[in-house]
Amino acid sequence: MALLEIIDLAVEFKSRAGTVHAVDGVNLYLEAGKVLGIAGESGCGKTTTMLSIPRLLPRNADIIGGKILFNTENLLLKSEEDMEKIRWRQISVIFQGAMNALNPVKTIGSQIGEAIFHHEPRVSRADVSRRTSELLDMVGIASARSSSYPHEFSGGMRQRVMIAMALACHPQLVIADEPVTALDVMVQAQILNLLKSLCAQLGLSMILISHDLSVIAETCQRAAIMYAGKLVEQGRVEQLFNQPAHPYTQRLLRAFPNIYAAKKFLVGIPGYPPNLVNPPLGCRFFERCHVRLEQCKTSEPQTITVEPDHLAACHLLRETKQ
Amino acid sequence: MNSPLVRVENLQVMFAMRGGLVLPGKAPKMIHALDGISFDIQRGEILAMVGESGCGKTTLARAILRLITPSAGKIFFNQRDITLLKGTSLRNLRRHMQMIFQDPYESLDPRQSIYELLEEPLLIHYPDITQNDREVQVFKALEASGLHPAREISARYPHHLSGGQRQRVAIAAAMILEPEFVVTDEPVSMLDVSIRAEILKLMLDLRDLKNLTYLFITHDLSLAWMISDRIIVLYLGKIVEIGSTQDVIHHALHPYTRALVSVIPLPQPGIQKQQIILEGDTPSPLDIPAGCRFLLRCWKWRQLNCPAVCKEKEPILQAYGCESHKVACHFAEGA
Ligand SMILES: Nc1ncnc2c1ncn2[C@@H]1O[C@H](COP(=O)(O)OP(=O)(O)OP(=O)(O)O)[C@@H](O)[C@H]1O
Ligand SMILES: Nc1ncnc2c1ncn2[C@@H]1O[C@H](COP(=O)(O)OP(=O)(O)OP(=O)(O)O)[C@@H](O)[C@H]1O
Ligand SMILES: [Mg+2]
Ligand SMILES: [Mg+2]
Repeated sequence: MALLEIIDLAVEFKSRAGTVHAVDGVNLYLEAGKVLGIAGESGCGKTTTMLSIPRLLPRNADIIGGKILFNTENLLLKSEEDMEKIRWRQISVIFQGAMNALNPVKTIGSQIGEAIFHHEPRVSRADVSRRTSELLDMVGIASARSSSYPHEFSGGMRQRVMIAMALACHPQLVIADEPVTALDVMVQAQILNLLKSLCAQLGLSMILISHDLSVIAETCQRAAIMYAGKLVEQGRVEQLFNQPAHPYTQRLLRAFPNIYAAKKFLVGIPGYPPNLVNPPLGCRFFERCHVRLEQCKTSEPQTITVEPDHLAACHLLRETKQ
Repeated sequence: MNSPLVRVENLQVMFAMRGGLVLPGKAPKMIHALDGISFDIQRGEILAMVGESGCGKTTLARAILRLITPSAGKIFFNQRDITLLKGTSLRNLRRHMQMIFQDPYESLDPRQSIYELLEEPLLIHYPDITQNDREVQVFKALEASGLHPAREISARYPHHLSGGQRQRVAIAAAMILEPEFVVTDEPVSMLDVSIRAEILKLMLDLRDLKNLTYLFITHDLSLAWMISDRIIVLYLGKIVEIGSTQDVIHHALHPYTRALVSVIPLPQPGIQKQQIILEGDTPSPLDIPAGCRFLLRCWKWRQLNCPAVCKEKEPILQAYGCESHKVACHFAEGA
């Protein structure tokens, strides 16, 4: 059974330029103990979709429709008070770019301690300090370093601290938003291996947001591709990477070099995603699609099952009966 | 063999550490950003330079372009020693070598329109050409960089362009003086992949059209593999390996290169590869260890039961297997 199920989620932002339809009709699920990857270009709605789960969206955002079932309960119907109990203790987030936002005047240890204390005000000081050491140990930082300040840590170490904080209250689900972007290749490999081993060791479920399909191929069991606020394709990574069904996924994959394949020059996707204040009527990828049909301009493609557990939304595809 | 367009000989760059406490009678601590670098760049080639953050890639580029003056060593451009060039001769040199930076947000002045931005280098280097000719050149450079319609785009300011368009403007600005040599410092790492390929394509097209020579700086080895003819691997201010792209990626000799290649993420699930994960971060160029500077992170050294020579003697860059493939390791061998 799914740990998390997102049904028909729609999110809007009120902005000066008008209403931004940032997420529109997203359906997605995640099984317990698995890692789900979300990819797509900047602005397609990855962060907005995933921050809807713990309801941590910015103030000008509105979740205007859908359900988010976590352990079968709809989180969108919960009171703010109940959500506070779920955040960090059941669902935690490693925010995009947060490793650069650690408080510069507080030690690493005290910031982790505060995170524990904030969510579990009744724990004793001794417990906080013991758990801080354990957490640092778990992410591969010597606990003696807990009295260091953020500027004494490299980027990779600060990201480890963010991971430690996300694990502070033993969550079931961790949402990691671009956790390795802007890190060096070697540090990137260290962090991804750490996340993978923590998932296995603690039985965690994880959502990994990354614009880098290679990172997703290596880390996740299932993946979903978003384009301009829509989910265009999802499936097991083997299906998605070996038999991509949606033209956008196909093009996206051709934009990544593979040192073990023949040296074909990378192909980009000319053009830009549509403006989400006035999204187009039909398929949102229409303008940039290399195989578009006449009908794609005006009629929106439905999501269909191309093979078991592999879904895509494109007029060129035909449903296979299961 | 043709003479190289760029030749770097035993280049050294040191920075005095800022903010450190300088005691009377004591010299300030020095950062050895680059330490004895030698290599050539052939005309028309794309040479990629890879290595972790802080290894000295940008510093090397800035030294070659003479944006900084090296502490020791020599730089030749077209066989001319440019190491100590100053004033007008340095300004004249600039016309032939240009740099494209990682972040088009920072490298474009937000108060200048795109037109003013592209016009400026022409005004400096060709003060005599007419306004009309300048306009023609500006529009030509914009069109060549895929920015249409040039007239409309040129009236805009940087913040009215997308990231990809801004990087195209940076390319147009670098190309407008028709340089022979272009250094690109992480030119696509801020861009979405769909746009990244377009920009790389543009750079390659311009090379073919104008017989340009590129030094392509990146920390992304798969990009280096994609685009370059040769690769230099830098570690803590020293070249540890240099060779053809095929040799460096698929027949890496240095334990550091082999580790870097082993962790390149692949857009293909289920590939079982033997990752070599180096622990920790690159050590600081403030205290470079004696002997081999890679020693503390070297997996091979431990595998070989810590031979003393690695601690005592700094390995020199030497040809291995073939003349064009060089490595600095006492125990070099292929995978
Ligand atoms: N606070 C906000 N107010 C108005 N619009 C917003 C706000 N936050 C995001 N948006 C818009 O909503 C859309 C989705 O943004 P989101 O941050 O979810 O994208 P993303 O896929 O995470 O992108 P990135 O890869 O750049 O992180 C974008 O068009 C963005 O401009
Ligand atoms: N102006 C400067 N003053 C003092 N130290 C400097 C200066 N510029 C660079 N350094 C130091 O020299 C070393 C090499 O820096 P450089 O910017 O060349 O690295 P890089 O390989 O380009 O790294 P990145 O991948 O992060 O851009 C670093 O230790 C850096 O801190
Ligand atoms: Mg985001
Ligand atoms: Mg740099």
